[in-house]
Amino acid sequence: MRVYFDYNATTPLSGESADAVMRATRDIFGNASSIHHFGQQAKAVMDDARSAVATLVHAEASEIVFTSGGTESDNFAIRGAAEALESTGRRHLIASAIEHEAVLNTLRALARRGWRTTMLPVDQSGIISPDRLREVIDADTALVSVMHANNEIGTIQPVAALAAIAHEHGALMHTDAVQSAGKIPIDVRTLGVDLLSLSAHKFNGPKGAGVLWIKRGTKMQPTVTGGKHERNRRAGTENIPAIAGLGAAATLAARKMTAEAARVSALRDRLEAGVLRDVSGTVVNGARDPRVPNTTNISFERVEAESLLIALDLDGIAVSTGSACSSGTLEPSHVLKAMGLPSHRTQNSLRFSLGMFSTEAEVDRVLEALPRLVDKIRGLSRKTALA
Amino acid sequence: MSGGVDSSVAAALLEEQGHEVIGLSMQLYDQSEGQTSFGSCCSIDDLHDARRVAAVINIPHYIVNFEKQFHERVIANFVSEYTEGRTPLPCAHCNSDLKFATLAERARGFGADAVATGHYARVDSDAGGRRQLKRGVDASKDQSYFLFSLTQEQLACAVFPVGALPKDEVRAYARQRRLPVAEKPDSQEICFIPDNDYRSFVSKNAPEAVRDGVFVDENGHVLGSHTGVHRFTVGQRKGLGLSAPTAAPMYVLALRPADQQVIVGPKASLEQTTLTASGVNWIADEPAGSLRVETQIRHHHQAAPSAVRSLGDGRAAVIFDAPQLAISPGQAVVFYDGDAVVGGGWID
Repeated sequence: MRVYFDYNATTPLSGESADAVMRATRDIFGNASSIHHFGQQAKAVMDDARSAVATLVHAEASEIVFTSGGTESDNFAIRGAAEALESTGRRHLIASAIEHEAVLNTLRALARRGWRTTMLPVDQSGIISPDRLREVIDADTALVSVMHANNEIGTIQPVAALAAIAHEHGALMHTDAVQSAGKIPIDVRTLGVDLLSLSAHKFNGPKGAGVLWIKRGTKMQPTVTGGKHERNRRAGTENIPAIAGLGAAATLAARKMTAEAARVSALRDRLEAGVLRDVSGTVVNGARDPRVPNTTNISFERVEAESLLIALDLDGIAVSTGSACSSGTLEPSHVLKAMGLPSHRTQNSLRFSLGMFSTEAEVDRVLEALPRLVDKIRGLSRKTALA
Repeated sequence: MSGGVDSSVAAALLEEQGHEVIGLSMQLYDQSEGQTSFGSCCSIDDLHDARRVAAVINIPHYIVNFEKQFHERVIANFVSEYTEGRTPLPCAHCNSDLKFATLAERARGFGADAVATGHYARVDSDAGGRRQLKRGVDASKDQSYFLFSLTQEQLACAVFPVGALPKDEVRAYARQRRLPVAEKPDSQEICFIPDNDYRSFVSKNAPEAVRDGVFVDENGHVLGSHTGVHRFTVGQRKGLGLSAPTAAPMYVLALRPADQQVIVGPKASLEQTTLTASGVNWIADEPAGSLRVETQIRHHHQAAPSAVRSLGDGRAAVIFDAPQLAISPGQAVVFYDGDAVVGGGWID
């Protein structure tokens, strides 16, 4: 039995989503911009998906813009808002230090073009304090971007409180909800944000489909220019099969969310408690609450995370650590570093993220393997240290 | 698995023999786009090749990040050796201090019994169970010189599957197994200096050690100026840039970093009959007295008849039967008994 506990990296397609992708691939080839029958078929698939996503985040269908995924949505949110607000003279952007690279590197790119950027620090809880935002926001701030749930430790950020502060200062608020959408309830009006990113493949939909929700009336410049697709907000012939899969994933997530959140969090808690009980020198990184139900990030004292990750994989258990760079190697997590954890704890942490197809038997299988593999690695490093 | 043909074939041979094989590639320097582009060995393209080979022979493959260790144990030593007027041999350090140290320990951590590489060398045991390190069968490719510093413990877990094959058979096997690297050219240069410009690399990594100095002949006469002793190696003739013409071609005889002097002289003065070495590792039993051996003083050097004796404390002295050209401090000296490595050390 191979165990997949890396749902925050990506998720397997649900049957419903796979069927939707297949149907759209096989039966629908029209260009959604065409006026004729074939175009209308494609348009109908998109309309269904748009409504399904709007329902998932309690938005209007017209506020949903389809993109190629979370990274494009984050880029669009930040670059599109920055460009639209450039004429107002606001030249300051704020993000948290624990954002995904899609946000961090977009801010860095804008910083090289003269934008002032500020990173909000975070403490060991892994939760951004609204006080930190109050300290740095000013009349120049164009946009604040703070993720809804962190991808590495799962902590949920106080987005509504942060959005209120942003708005007091006349700035826009964006949240990267890639790791929360489909896992916990989202209501864009309650969150109070102007822009929200999500991605289908993080909740059992296909890769290559994402959404930027843009609150009605928000001024944005498109970053992908061309035809009049997506009401002039994102050009390019739409990826109908992926969008169909996204719609099916959103429908399924909305329908099963309450039950799934309870089921998955029980599994996660069983795993977490078991690891803390059965493996000495372990500690959970970041606050355990509020946290998305599927994620736990644990440091293993005196264990190189890279070794444990490989040992687990050879044992048939897939987890992850830090962020993978382009060549697939591991670098110390910028999230754990930003939380101020000592370097040994950033080098020996593993992320376990569960989801739709996870079972209790899988959790128990991991709890059987982990103590054995950790002992083996620790035994060797003890020997080397003595030699 | 460096992504080259030798380590790819090593993995494929072991897989065919029925071993459970885990492919590992080492990332040794920053690979991000926009950074200084490094390397032929283990560059992004090579990691890509290693992964494709692993997929073809159907073994798991991982990239382990040893940037920090590589810098501490190989690059730092490489740079300091040059600034101290010596000629370093980074591959030997990488073998004994990284591949058969940190990498081997990692591999044992997930249950591996041995570490295999694509080196052209062989490991045997003598009657008493002591490990022997031998030259690869293909004399033109032999890499035992770079492995002299492996301890008995390291040799006990070392496997060199291509050491018993000539290079053309390695390539033929790669073609037969349809490995995507079968026709890939051999890598030649030092992996972290792809353009072979070690001088700029040293200047960049140790700017404080780069100072102007002078050339002097054996009698102390100044013959010109230079921009740093790290730019020269013992035996070098080309690119000296002496200010005055000399009667005979001049060679670098020695480097004195303390006063930034490069000593030059005629070829005859490059010849020496003795050397001493430090950090000596005896793979065979440490000799009690003088031992007849063939001694190799650099990678492409015909091992020369000589006698070696241990001076204790990891030191040894060698007397050659005939004078040798350009014995370079910092290079490895390796003692052979026929095909077998008796031991080796670092030239003082």
